[in-house]
Amino acid sequence: MQRLCTLNVNGETRTLAIEETDTLVDVLRDRLGLTGTKVGCDEGDCGACTVLIDGRPVLSCLTLALSVEGRAIETIEGVARDGRLHPLQEAFDAHGAAQCGFCTPGMILSAKALLEENQDPTADEIRHALSGNLCRCTGYGRIVEAVQIAAKRPAR
Amino acid sequence: MKIVGTSKPRVDGAAKVTGQARYADDLALPRMLHARILRSPHAHARIVAIDLAPARATPGVLAAIVGEDLPVAYGILPWTEDEYPLAIGRALYVGDGVAAVAAIDERTAIAACAAVRVEWEKLPAVLSPAEALAHPEIKVNEHAKDGNVSKQVDLSFGPVDENLERAAAVIEGEFHFEGTTHAALEPHCAVASWEPRGELTVWSSTQVPHYLHRALAKVLQLPEDRIRVVQPAVGGAFGGKSEPFDLEFCAAKLSMLTGRPVKIRYTREEVFYAHRGRHPMHMRFRTAADAEGKLLAVDSSILIDGGAHSSFGLVTTYYSGQLLGAPYELPAYRFHSTRVFTNKPACGPKRGHGSVQPRFAIECQLDELAERLEIDPIELRRRNAMGSDETTINGQRVGSNGFLQCLDAVERASGWKEKFGKLPRGRGLGVAGSTYISGTAYPIYPNEMPQSGVSVKLDRSGQVLVTSGVSEIGQGVETVLAYIAVEELGCELAAVRVITGDTLLCPVDLGAYSSRVTFMAGTAAIEACRAMRAHLVEAAAKALECDPSEIELAGGRASARGRELSFREVARLAESAKGTLVTAGGYRTRKVGGEYRGGSIGASPAYSFTAHVAEVSVDERSGVVTVENIWVAHDCGRALHPIHVMGQMEGSAYMGFGEALMESHTFHANGLHRGPSLLDYKLPTTLDTPAVHASIVEANEPGGPYGAKEVGEGPLHPSIPAIANAIHDAVGIRLRALPFSPDRVRAALLAKGGG
Repeated sequence: MQRLCTLNVNGETRTLAIEETDTLVDVLRDRLGLTGTKVGCDEGDCGACTVLIDGRPVLSCLTLALSVEGRAIETIEGVARDGRLHPLQEAFDAHGAAQCGFCTPGMILSAKALLEENQDPTADEIRHALSGNLCRCTGYGRIVEAVQIAAKRPAR
Repeated sequence: MKIVGTSKPRVDGAAKVTGQARYADDLALPRMLHARILRSPHAHARIVAIDLAPARATPGVLAAIVGEDLPVAYGILPWTEDEYPLAIGRALYVGDGVAAVAAIDERTAIAACAAVRVEWEKLPAVLSPAEALAHPEIKVNEHAKDGNVSKQVDLSFGPVDENLERAAAVIEGEFHFEGTTHAALEPHCAVASWEPRGELTVWSSTQVPHYLHRALAKVLQLPEDRIRVVQPAVGGAFGGKSEPFDLEFCAAKLSMLTGRPVKIRYTREEVFYAHRGRHPMHMRFRTAADAEGKLLAVDSSILIDGGAHSSFGLVTTYYSGQLLGAPYELPAYRFHSTRVFTNKPACGPKRGHGSVQPRFAIECQLDELAERLEIDPIELRRRNAMGSDETTINGQRVGSNGFLQCLDAVERASGWKEKFGKLPRGRGLGVAGSTYISGTAYPIYPNEMPQSGVSVKLDRSGQVLVTSGVSEIGQGVETVLAYIAVEELGCELAAVRVITGDTLLCPVDLGAYSSRVTFMAGTAAIEACRAMRAHLVEAAAKALECDPSEIELAGGRASARGRELSFREVARLAESAKGTLVTAGGYRTRKVGGEYRGGSIGASPAYSFTAHVAEVSVDERSGVVTVENIWVAHDCGRALHPIHVMGQMEGSAYMGFGEALMESHTFHANGLHRGPSLLDYKLPTTLDTPAVHASIVEANEPGGPYGAKEVGEGPLHPSIPAIANAIHDAVGIRLRALPFSPDRVRAALLAKGGG
């Protein structure tokens, strides 16, 4: 069964016909062209599909698109503003926190949600906040450092 | 140096942190279909009949194929072409593909696959090497010459028996390395488009576009000059994308049948069954030394579980012994390795191909030798370290060698002297060392052409284009190539664009495997850039009225005698004087390796060296091992981009740590994977992963680009034995089977009587 639904993604409203069983990740990627949200497992284990719903990290592969109608959805494409990178994006880039880059969008969104609640997180707090996001390249150390560096910069 | 040795943001970095990097699954073409592959539920079964009619009758289905539609065998090594895209006659393991269906969307393809009717006749299966050897009549792979033996290697160097005889200490033991898989975060994905002019383009998450190109031509029986392989951004590979997979052939064939683009993306479960990961090895090792701890001999016998296909197995079997000749001076050794076919997904190359497992065994035995002879384990390794410019007993020429500095670095950084053997019970330190190749000396298929090609184009805009068929899989090769352009041409980094992994646009490179990329593509890039530089210097000298030797190219300018030109102006002058500016470079290996069958395996133009110290704590009640710290020092020659070098060291140490404590790629007796998901297959998260402290050691390699060697794979090798040795320091047990899970720790403690 399809139904018309209005999604608020990165501050833009989009109205489209959505199946009851469509997951948010599929709608974002296949219907809205927001391919920065990645599918690593499609079963809620890897965190690559993490997006923010009303500022909180959510696995978009386990979220039905119809269930987030009217909520504020933020994807990696919405993180840079006015053509300028977010401090997290700058720090990830400058400190080698992205290698293959496949986990990076989800990591950055989980980290962004943390920094919005806690502007000066300890390494331990960062590790807890990112524990649902797998990375196979870096060994995580540079990711944790990048979040700490970004936390010290004012968000624009 | 202008840029080498600094750590600028990677050239693909901004795209990656903004979600703009395009991976294979991000591609969507007009009229694109989605396909799925139906897979065997049985470990070994005859396909009596397949009825595709119900699938074809499903609304929205455009095409369906079976094994007989793609009847040409392929394999990554030309000597062992033993695979078909879809099973023909028999399925050899759970997950073996038997049919593929293309439909208007993925959901329809899934439903149509479920509608395919397969009549199976179950056959007896062999799931372990011992079973496979005991039952040669249950033949897994019809290409095996002798029962289920995939490959056997017997090599002996020096007076092994004599040296064992006169040794002051001989350590004997059996080690078991459980299989592990790569689990790159990006599932394999391919998009194929058959175009009206009879041309095929395949975008694939591969790390070997050139080999894929050749395999597609062979299997689809198309001329190579009608095929283009494009490798988009790849979301991690680690060896798991280094050969062709069924999805590339099936997507291509279905596109040819329908005239529409076709995409196939593996589910995570399919990635586990595609596998090609680290081989399980059961290893018997004897290591002998004299009273001073000088190594006399190693004698090893290794049984390797290969799974159903050869993959790189011929080479793996050699690698299980060929890299034992360094970093220690070893006057004699032999290895007897047997790879066996079993009814499981094929094993292949994973980061540190074939050499991580025997490194575990030998480094643990060095620790036992040190204990027996009452020598500090680092001191024992120092005493045995081979120097630079040496040849190993098996004929490998080692050039630069920073192993001693690596040992010094981890000894110092870890506080070894204050801590080893002195920490309270339950805490301990362990050390291990290793060596690795910087590329294989020979290509996979014998030929005299360059192993890596790079071209450079410059025009009046001042923009530099560097192209190479090499694969960017996250390791940073595009940044390395851009660095080399800046270093040689003096342009700004922002003026360089790099295109890689496109077999139509780029000169051939063999791919991202065997830690060959920086060494080989880097050398080719220097050659191409120096040819371009000569044009620029000549044009600038003429304009600035000076000798070419006076010209300095740096910072986006050419300068001499206090006068200067912008890089763009020099480009215009050079284009005016010389015509269109395109230059090229290529890398060829000089002849290296031993003069015996297999002597080319492990032969490399340069060797990296690594040492690790791991610090662990062991909870004796629960058996839980916690790794607190890993110090890793690695000799990569000149570090071209220190942050990327450290990133490879840290990522390697992390990956080895996961294999040591958590990972287990194992199967039920019926051939089903025990946990084909990223939840059940345990991978370290941020909370599990210890602090990794990386120290770069730079033993300049005269043959490498600016003196560089490899860093992608070497630093993984000592992870596992360093942790094993640290566990011994902590609680006095020797663990010889992986992973070091709580049950194994508890069992060892109980066996020792201390639990």
